Amino acid sequence: MPTQVKETRTSGAPAPLSKQEVLRYSRHLIMPEVGMDGQLKLKNAKVLLVGSGGLGAPLGLYLAAAGVGRLGIVDFDAVDFTNLQRQVTFGTSDVGRKKLEAARERLANLNPEIRIDTYETRLTSENALEIIREYDIVADGTDNFPTRYLVNDACVLLGKPNVYGSIFRFEGQASIFGYPGGPCYRCLYPEPPPPGLVPSCAEGGVLGVLPGIIGCIQAMETLKLILNNGDPLVGRLLLFDALRMRFRELKLRKNPDCPVCGARRTITELIDYAEFCGIRGEEKEAVVSSQIPEMTPRELKSRLERGDDLFILDVREPHEYQICNLRGHLIPLGDLPRRVSELDSSREIVAHCRSGKRSADAVQFLKTAGFSKVWNLKGGILAWSDEVDPSVPKY
Amino acid sequence: MAVKVMIPTPLRQYAGKRESIDLEAKTVGEALTSLTSQFGELKRHLYSDEGKLRSFVNVYVNDEDIRYLQHEKTAVRQGDTITIVPSIAGGRE
Repeated sequence: MPTQVKETRTSGAPAPLSKQEVLRYSRHLIMPEVGMDGQLKLKNAKVLLVGSGGLGAPLGLYLAAAGVGRLGIVDFDAVDFTNLQRQVTFGTSDVGRKKLEAARERLANLNPEIRIDTYETRLTSENALEIIREYDIVADGTDNFPTRYLVNDACVLLGKPNVYGSIFRFEGQASIFGYPGGPCYRCLYPEPPPPGLVPSCAEGGVLGVLPGIIGCIQAMETLKLILNNGDPLVGRLLLFDALRMRFRELKLRKNPDCPVCGARRTITELIDYAEFCGIRGEEKEAVVSSQIPEMTPRELKSRLERGDDLFILDVREPHEYQICNLRGHLIPLGDLPRRVSELDSSREIVAHCRSGKRSADAVQFLKTAGFSKVWNLKGGILAWSDEVDPSVPKY
Repeated sequence: MAVKVMIPTPLRQYAGKRESIDLEAKTVGEALTSLTSQFGELKRHLYSDEGKLRSFVNVYVNDEDIRYLQHEKTAVRQGDTITIVPSIAGGRE
């Protein structure tokens, strides 16, 4: 349930700006597009940030700096070292702290004039309406399909605009969904991809500045919605390719048959989004581990020390091999079918990747291809680092 | 008609790591068929087992969604750009 922090300022009728605030917002006040009226709109606005990661960082910082009077943040994670490459709200000394705590401290220091409410929870079908109801606008900075559809549906049901941003490696998308008369996320994508077709960690990663750019676009659109100024990114999908440094815009239409915002809507309340997205994480993992022969890092180590003839097959990508390796033979999972002849089926083969998922697929493939003595290194090179050799860097 | 098909980042691994493919086609359907015959692995990412375009993959001719044109029968003209836009979820990461 939401943990509400102390209010630094009570909301209510538009209060005039203090002398301090006039100074703080001077560069807004002297431009006619914002001015005193606009700044008071910002001060009275309530924006909910779902996620305080890569997109949430610039969103939180710029909306706080701009003087959005009430910011809510939903997150449940702790800051870890791999976040610092792009989540600029956090510093090295925040590693291990709750993201909400670190973000609140940072934003309150940036602008003590605003109220910050934190919700240390995963957004769920049970709490989403209750949390979102309090706010005027939602900025979606989540990283998974179930939450994307949940945020969309909750916003449509409550009639709140949803400022959307999404990133992948060096490409980003942005739009505003749920704006009166405009399309929603389901108009664009009626259904999520099944889990098997979502890119795995081998294709993951993100150029650190990219969420900064897309999050800033979301922050700008949020401010424009509050100020009711300019052309909002409604009915348009903005595509950004950082490598080519190119922006494109595609037309987005409201789908008359949309199940949540169409005339004959079939979704009138929040549903089970994990089920909708075909995700039942724990169950799936259990199936994988029961069918794939596994070897723990400790077993592998003792067998290697005993001098057993084991062939170590690394199915990661070459750039991952450069980060760290167990001196295995490198064949990226995607190349395995065409390079399978490099393997000797008479030898015992231990396949590994980063965390054990891709190598499980490799073992499955090899067994189908007639290899009988193949094992998956349980937990991958990450577990090897934890259990056998801490000098191997984790990534 | 010579058209350009833009391949989004997540699907490039199934299209010889190419960003775009130039090909000859009269309709969007023809272009996609030609594409998936060149790159077999792309097929299951674009089409369901029943041979329908997947609902998390949108296809645009220039800036218009083919669902609001004539779907895969949408005609293409010389120099048109066909863009494949799959849904991506990343952000909090």
